[in-house]
Amino acid sequence: MVKIQVLVRLKAGVLDVQGKAIEGGLKGIGIEGVSQMRVGRLVEFEVDAKDFEAAKPLATKLCDELLANPIIESYEIKNV
Amino acid sequence: MKIACLVFPGTNCDHDIDHSFGTLFQGDVTPVWHRSADLGNPDLVVVPGGFSYGDYLRTGALAKLSPVMDAVSKFAKAGGRVVGICNGFQILCEAGLLPGVLLTNANMKFASKFIHIKVQSSNNFFTKHMAMDTVIHCPVAHFDGNYFADPQTIESLEKHNQVVFRYCSAEGDVDARNPVTNFNGSINAIAGVSNREGNVVGFMPHPERAVEAIVSNGWDIAARPLISGVVASA
Repeated sequence: MVKIQVLVRLKAGVLDVQGKAIEGGLKGIGIEGVSQMRVGRLVEFEVDAKDFEAAKPLATKLCDELLANPIIESYEIKNV
Repeated sequence: MKIACLVFPGTNCDHDIDHSFGTLFQGDVTPVWHRSADLGNPDLVVVPGGFSYGDYLRTGALAKLSPVMDAVSKFAKAGGRVVGICNGFQILCEAGLLPGVLLTNANMKFASKFIHIKVQSSNNFFTKHMAMDTVIHCPVAHFDGNYFADPQTIESLEKHNQVVFRYCSAEGDVDARNPVTNFNGSINAIAGVSNREGNVVGFMPHPERAVEAIVSNGWDIAARPLISGVVASA
């Protein structure tokens, strides 16, 4: 089993309302100097394959078809 | 008109479709459970609103994997008429049957209120019987209704008359920068789009909820012919 971690992020320029809301919240508790807050999604799973290289095509297919929407999101696949 | 109304776990506007398209305007509405691969040879497929799969992952992302969506995709590609309302619009975008995506509302608020939209195209089956620029007053109820696509896609949509509805004021004025009329921040105040062929249409507002005077402050005079015209056009 190969442990995979996928990071899904909104592409640069796509409005991230969660990030904006968190920034607003920080001001409320007196934390200053934080900006450009972006929120992504971390997905972990296991693939039945001998190594990371062998698992990568399936992980990529999973990302392209479901985990990320290519119009607004990019993703990064890692072996953990 | 034979209408297949899709039902996913979490769909909650299927009865609104049955009442408006069916009871009021005499369409023959049949619910189709999402596990079914058979639409039953309808004249129209309606993907109703709700919160399919609890909006997990992204709105519409899991619904697009249901077996019924393969059938909808084949039906649409053969020229069949498909309309997605609210969550149904999100599902059709995720399934790649319509361009673009619905982001979270720019003001980070769930929008549940009456708004105004205007008819912007006659290049699709859903609004071709309506006069251009007709203003419709109807409810919205969504958190993710902020229409987004890359600049090339937007340019192409505008060029090919694929913008079906735009948010506007009661007088019909469109201003994408106005946070009151374009309350969710959609690009070019787009409330609904069609595919190039005009047989697949999706939009965020709920005109099907405003077809009776008792729930629409008399504004049913605009929403009523919109829905009744679609049912009569089979």
